[in-house]
Amino acid sequence: MSEFTVLNTRAPRLDGPAKATGRAEYTDDLSLPGMLCGAILQSPIAHGKILHIDTSKAVKLKGVKAIATAKEAGLIKYGVSPARYDETLYAHDKVRYVGDEIAAVAAIDHATAQEALSLIKVDFEELPAVFDMFEAMKEGAPQIHQEFPGNMNAEVHQEFGDSDAAFRECDLVVDHTFLNKRQDAAFIEPHACLAVFGLDGRLTLYTSTQVPHYVMRTVSMVLGIPVGNVRVVKPAVGGGFGPKCEATPLEMSAALLSRMTGKPVKMGYSREQVFLHSRARHQFYAEMSLGVKNDGTMVALRNKAILDGGAYTSFGIATVYYAGSLLGGPYKLKAMKYDGYRVYTNKPACGAQRGHGGVAHRAAFEQLLDMTAQKLGMDPIQMRLKNIMQAGDVTVNELDMSSLGMKECIEAVRDGSNWDKKKGKLPKGKGIGMACGFFVSGAGYPIYRSDTYHSTVVIKISEDGGVATVLTGSAEIGQGSDTVMAMIAAETLGARLEDIRVVSGDTDLSVDLGAYSSRQTLMTGHATREAAEQIRNKIAQFLAEELDCSASSITFRDGNVFFDGGPGNFEKIRTQYIKEHRGWTDPPFGEFLTFREAARLAFLKGGTLVGTGKYKPPRLGGSYKGAAVGTSPAYGCSAQVVEVTVDLETGEVTVDDMTDAHDCGLAINRTLVEGQMQGSLAMGLGECLFEEVKFDSRGRILNSSLGEYRIPTSLDMPKVRSIIVESREPKGPYGAKEVGEGAIMPTIPAILNAIYDATGVRVNELPVSSERLFMGLNKNREEA
Amino acid sequence: MKTLISLVVNGESVESAVDSNVTLLQFLREDLGLTGTKHGCGLGDCGACTVIMDGQPVNSCLVLAVQANGREILTIEGLAENGKLHPIQQAFVEKGAIQCGFCTPGMILSAKALLAEKPKPTEQEIRMAISGNLCRCTGYQKIVEAIQEAAKSIEATEAS
Repeated sequence: MSEFTVLNTRAPRLDGPAKATGRAEYTDDLSLPGMLCGAILQSPIAHGKILHIDTSKAVKLKGVKAIATAKEAGLIKYGVSPARYDETLYAHDKVRYVGDEIAAVAAIDHATAQEALSLIKVDFEELPAVFDMFEAMKEGAPQIHQEFPGNMNAEVHQEFGDSDAAFRECDLVVDHTFLNKRQDAAFIEPHACLAVFGLDGRLTLYTSTQVPHYVMRTVSMVLGIPVGNVRVVKPAVGGGFGPKCEATPLEMSAALLSRMTGKPVKMGYSREQVFLHSRARHQFYAEMSLGVKNDGTMVALRNKAILDGGAYTSFGIATVYYAGSLLGGPYKLKAMKYDGYRVYTNKPACGAQRGHGGVAHRAAFEQLLDMTAQKLGMDPIQMRLKNIMQAGDVTVNELDMSSLGMKECIEAVRDGSNWDKKKGKLPKGKGIGMACGFFVSGAGYPIYRSDTYHSTVVIKISEDGGVATVLTGSAEIGQGSDTVMAMIAAETLGARLEDIRVVSGDTDLSVDLGAYSSRQTLMTGHATREAAEQIRNKIAQFLAEELDCSASSITFRDGNVFFDGGPGNFEKIRTQYIKEHRGWTDPPFGEFLTFREAARLAFLKGGTLVGTGKYKPPRLGGSYKGAAVGTSPAYGCSAQVVEVTVDLETGEVTVDDMTDAHDCGLAINRTLVEGQMQGSLAMGLGECLFEEVKFDSRGRILNSSLGEYRIPTSLDMPKVRSIIVESREPKGPYGAKEVGEGAIMPTIPAILNAIYDATGVRVNELPVSSERLFMGLNKNREEA
Repeated sequence: MKTLISLVVNGESVESAVDSNVTLLQFLREDLGLTGTKHGCGLGDCGACTVIMDGQPVNSCLVLAVQANGREILTIEGLAENGKLHPIQQAFVEKGAIQCGFCTPGMILSAKALLAEKPKPTEQEIRMAISGNLCRCTGYQKIVEAIQEAAKSIEATEAS
């Protein structure tokens, strides 16, 4: 018999039927009586002083109910990191990118709101703008924020060990540079929200977000509403991937306009506005050197990062730290030096996206490993196996790998892909490559400094004992967190999965920091488990009193209760239950007391049965500046092998095959884990081969549509082999840890290493368009 | 000026007066309250608004409501019968083909149109049929598997 009855299965997700039938409600599907339609006016220029805003014509338009500018909204600064609050809801002195918000309108319908926007007259004095991060760092470049000379948004300088000394003892040092491109998260549901102020002064904000908790705090702060009067509710969300991790001008505008008009206000970004709001993956420039011994032992890493941040900070402080800290593993290093710079430019702000801060530098690093292995005449897999960490190792920057199935992952993809039969033996134009990576299972600290619990959970049992409802502020955004919490609750209670309900994504229910940094399974999972244990213990106590036995002799499994492992003598409880429910069609039966009867007894003795759980990580990480970023209670890791075919005439790349192994600790739900793995690969493949947000010379986005910004279709994805590796994580609930983001880490470098294997071209700039690879092939031919 | 249209939606006759610039997507969502059809881009790029019109999958954001006059429309709400999931819906649920779910209605309807035409599609035919439906969550693998499973399940039902 398996250790578990519910966990580690392929239980279908709870919201599957609602989503398959179109019944699941997303924010844009909601409507309220008297609802107004809001719209935002955005800057048409990339950099300029605002001289005057004239709303007089717009306000006279029939059907316009309110217009908000900085005058109405105030100038309270906000952002993601309190260390860098650099945004106001509406621009008042300057606009800093094409798309910067200037005003918002509420009107009786969408067409009227749009017309009103066109009637708002803004006089600008256009200023010189800068769009390139290297240009922005030069002396004399246009200054975007007065407070940040040289457009330097954030600088990080870290050294672990003595890097100069470590490099001196190396036999070989290999250098590499790498440049990725700004991405768009391209979730299929554009942001939407619906704000409604009650007559009691309470704001309810329905919004498509990953983080109801942070949205609540930001809206409260910016609009000056007591935080207890703000309730944020997250309906079904059509994908987030990072950019929905912060409060948006859309949400704050809807709330403000609702307060001004006394009516519900609904707003949504168009697809173009999703691109303009951005907050997705930064552009990174990486400069790296790896020092090794002749036997392949890795010794020292030097890493420099320059990030194009766009016009505001967003998540950028964390991003620039992550680009360094996430190279601390999964290989042993004696020393690591990191210098990171995040630079302001006159473009939409970049923020967090799947694999936050780590993806581009991981791509550079894993290429560098292959380059080094080649110089040493080593197989890339051998080279990695020689240097990987094991459970219990601590990285050079003090990240604790309390479980780490890195070796198992590498061996799984090596064997699963038939690596040994293919590496070096494929025909011309075909190639095979591999890479590894690791990622946090939830950030070790909240975004704001606080001793808050990261997750709390309430579980409540229905009075008949038949249904357990998990109440949580956590954010189901498609990753399956509701299903995971239901499974953890069922397993812990010993109840059947079909008897668990989950209500989530509402700040009134509990505290939960939300769906970012791959934290829901581990953190909300812990809180769910604790709440369920509390209920189970209460029931056991009441049963023990009733039947005069010891509570420790009572166990719960799969909807049944066991006394010393057997059925025990529960006749009087059953008789009472049946008497109380005379005429009902589903009397409890069978040789064991059911969970339902036991929970009913507990209700009769103690009233409504409630359990609460909470989780916050222990104090983690070193004491150096920035040590918090990268810390986590646990780390997931992965390895991938990719096979490609390159058309040597045109440079066109086809990904033929992908083998992926991920250590997620115990897989709570195997289907959901594979879903995260496969989705990560698709996003990584897109970033590697097609994705790039492009701008014209005046800072306007050239490809702000899903037709021109190309993400992978069903025809671009090969069939993927997904292998789940399960090291039991001692700090995770039932041994579980992350899968949602770590799985993207190896994808880009594995493809790039395969392209090199096929062509001998080392691509160091994304995306790998046919043109870019064709030029590389030509250069190689000329040099040959 | 409004135009009177009459069409069949999910088996029911509907008559309505619509503005000439209203899309079928807006008409379904806002006038009929059939919000299962999703708005992802408004440009025909993403396929989230896919419905079946006279047997063909179409992007309802690119069809004007007046063009649907006299036509038969099937939306996601019309697929489950008597409270029971359609085999394609069932397979999507069981195979893990759904994550955020925003592409799901359109994806299922593209699959429905495919299986009506080709009850035993190859994997490549499935991938081709859903290539106009973007999904950012799943990497498509479980969607392809679900459609294969649904094809089998429909065949088995029809054989029995």
